[in-house]
Amino acid sequence: MNKVAKLKGTGKSFKGNIRQYSMLIALVIIIIFFQILTGGRLLYPMNVSNIVFQNAYVVILATGMLLCILTGGNIDLAVGSVVAVVSACAGTFIITWGWNVYLSIALCLLIGILIGMWQGFWIAYVKIPPFIVTLAGMLIFRGLCLLILNGLTLAPFPDEYLMFSTGFFAKDAKILIWGTKVNIVCLISGVAIALIFCILQLITRKNRIRKGYAVDPVWMMTTKMIIISAALIFFFTLLAQYQGIPTVLALLGIILVAYSFFTNNTVMGRHIYALGGNEKAARLSGIKTQRLMFFAYTNMGFLAGVAGLVFAARLNSASPLAGKSFELDAIGACFIGGASAYGGTGTIGGALVGALIMGVLNNGMSIMGINSNTQQVVKGMVVLAAVALDVVSKMDFSLFNRRKKNIAFEAKS
Amino acid sequence: MDTLILKMRDITKLFPGVKALDNVNIEVTEGQIHAICGENGAGKSTLMNVLSGIYPYGTYAGDIIYQGETCAFHDIKDSEKVGIAIIHQELALVPYLSIAENMFLGNEQATSGVINWDLTNQKAAQYMKMVGLHDNPRTLIKDIGMGKQQLVEIAKALAKNVKLLILDEPTSSLNESDAKKLLDLLLQFKKEKGITSILISHKLNELVYCADKITIIRDGQAIDTLVKGVDDFSEPRIIKGMVGREMTNRFPPREHNIGDVALETKQWTVYHPLYADKKVVDDVSITVHQGEVVGIAGLIGAGRTELAMSLFGKAYGKHISGELLLHGQPVELHSVAQAISAGLAYVTEDRKGNGLIVSDSIKHNITLARPEFISTHGVLDKDLETHKAKEIKEKLNIKATSVEQLVNNLSGGNQQKVLVGKWIFAEPEILLLDEPTRGIDVGAKFEIYQIINHLVAQGKAVLMISSELPELLGMCDRIYVMNESRIINELPIQDASQEKIMGYIMQDSNKGEISA
Repeated sequence: MNKVAKLKGTGKSFKGNIRQYSMLIALVIIIIFFQILTGGRLLYPMNVSNIVFQNAYVVILATGMLLCILTGGNIDLAVGSVVAVVSACAGTFIITWGWNVYLSIALCLLIGILIGMWQGFWIAYVKIPPFIVTLAGMLIFRGLCLLILNGLTLAPFPDEYLMFSTGFFAKDAKILIWGTKVNIVCLISGVAIALIFCILQLITRKNRIRKGYAVDPVWMMTTKMIIISAALIFFFTLLAQYQGIPTVLALLGIILVAYSFFTNNTVMGRHIYALGGNEKAARLSGIKTQRLMFFAYTNMGFLAGVAGLVFAARLNSASPLAGKSFELDAIGACFIGGASAYGGTGTIGGALVGALIMGVLNNGMSIMGINSNTQQVVKGMVVLAAVALDVVSKMDFSLFNRRKKNIAFEAKS
Repeated sequence: MDTLILKMRDITKLFPGVKALDNVNIEVTEGQIHAICGENGAGKSTLMNVLSGIYPYGTYAGDIIYQGETCAFHDIKDSEKVGIAIIHQELALVPYLSIAENMFLGNEQATSGVINWDLTNQKAAQYMKMVGLHDNPRTLIKDIGMGKQQLVEIAKALAKNVKLLILDEPTSSLNESDAKKLLDLLLQFKKEKGITSILISHKLNELVYCADKITIIRDGQAIDTLVKGVDDFSEPRIIKGMVGREMTNRFPPREHNIGDVALETKQWTVYHPLYADKKVVDDVSITVHQGEVVGIAGLIGAGRTELAMSLFGKAYGKHISGELLLHGQPVELHSVAQAISAGLAYVTEDRKGNGLIVSDSIKHNITLARPEFISTHGVLDKDLETHKAKEIKEKLNIKATSVEQLVNNLSGGNQQKVLVGKWIFAEPEILLLDEPTRGIDVGAKFEIYQIINHLVAQGKAVLMISSELPELLGMCDRIYVMNESRIINELPIQDASQEKIMGYIMQDSNKGEISA
């Protein structure tokens, strides 16, 4: 009896997660698809590193965007311009004025936070719709960027700064295995991360059993551990065959783990979901909804700052055109990854998968030499299809069927 | 014998878990004003929604026979086509469009899609004259008062060539002189144009004034139909019909162990958040003791919810004045969070709108108000959360496969239990229950009553707002009667009866009208 109930329970939650899994499966299919079409070039070690570099800033922005979307489907249209302003500041501080790199980075992040607070203030406390505030922000900050740079591009950055985005960890620690040069640090890191993941899973399980809580069946946990470990080791092996671990990947890893923990395991994270799920109910549960809204946009400003620094380093310049339409990539990534356009549902993992789908599509089509106009059409279709899937899966089909029945009845009589 | 314009035969309408209408039969004579009255939730509005096609054909059982033909309305347009118009309590006008634009909304005076504005305004003026409205048809709806808006709705119905006009509580937001004008207008239409009206109202004096027939609905059943000049057509007779029902074993027994004062208000006054000069709670002084269930009776709009929400950390209203004492200590609660930590809980009347996150799981809903019980330094212990939620689920007998299940997929009664469970999890000392059994079936109601009894047995204090008088009489130790923002009476349970309470409310409403 008890067992049946438990099984049913997992069945439900599995069904609830199916959408996130379905996007993961879609990602795998897209990877295989392009791997075949590009004649294996997609998963060349160098190209895998490239995909990481190309998409790091989108993933960072999507992480911040997800929090905004969770608060009730609110988006931030200004992030592209904020990226531009922050990279312009970085260029001015470091290249023009020759300031210390680390001090400049700290200042740039502070500027990002201040911009976020500015937008959060209008949205949370003056209650101007986010769409309008951030639309204004998009113009304001793009304009500021042009003013700062006077329309010119600043380049190049010192190597010390470039490490931040385009560098690798222990680039030269290479050994020969089966005739291929591999980066041993990268390989060991991959195995270590997989091991840590498995050990953490086992510890959690042990704790649960000790406290008498329900746990997943052993086969389920083992399968999960094997698949995830294999994927991690595969990924790091590919990286190892090129230059090793990109520094920006470590940054991404830290951001993703931190924000996953924040959304899943903290009271504040829970409150953000509640705010998006039902604002009135959240308020009547003692949740300070304005403060949360302010936080979400302040945080978006901070992460846009981080993305700005990463992007400037990748371009090795501060350009007035930096960050154009980045907001759309970030928003698209969240929605493809299963965030609801009405708020309250969505995960960091989903946003990552969404960003990767967009990234692999971009990269794969570029390798195939498809022109960029066609690429845009395809990307647009993918966003629409993903959200349509979300809406259709929530549709009340019982109502639809009843209506059809009525029409049939009417036709008869 | 007069001809019948409308016959509703054996109408039964089910909502998940509730029988809203149970074999209702109504016959409306052409050219008469037919009143329908009953308590809140008796099924009056449901019946009218069935009639006008808001609940489409096929979602209810029974027949609607209109002008001799059986009808199958699939939406409100179908019923409008044959001349039935419904005017809701909440007006359906667009505030930023003009009177004329509103009047012909969906019925535009246009040729090939191009609107003829001269014709529109001229026709509008014509219908406005009929209802005694002399404003410019180009005036925006937001710039005219509620009374005039009501008249615009009626003019709109006339423009659609209405034969049967349904008015759902048309005078609830009108002052006495506007209400009188409206009723006289109905009488005038009846005499001059032979328009039939169905009038739903709580104000019994109005019904007695203008109705030819009164049908009393109680618990989804048509109990009585009184005919003017034939039956006893007095207010006491109507009240008796509205409230008289059997009350055997509907409430679990409870021992009465009343302790110290838990909550006390002194001259508690609250103003409307938008209309700065409108008092929604006026000079209210009440007490609730530990181990006591205190009821607040009153009509919808009497200010009961506003009172409860303003006490709950000023979650409603502006310029709140007066004193609030908890356990004898004066307190100032400026936010809901403060109210929760002070041991207050407010269980809302609108569980889907204000209470639950229906798209989320049972366990997340249960722990929402007090995450500190399942976290350390802001980090959640999710296993502990599941464990605690399971405890509540079992204690309240919530029927669900697991605490992971989404609230959306539960029945109304079980959703209500989740809502109550959420606040029991918060471990309050004083519970403000707002319509705790609204829209749930008798069995689930009984379980909620048991939970309430269990809470007061532990020494908690309960303030219960309910529009169902039998529920208050069956559950409470004391009942306050609230009307038009004020507490007008306090009755120990021994002295309380439905007739008395309704009588007080009617008396007070009428008194207010005479002085106005």
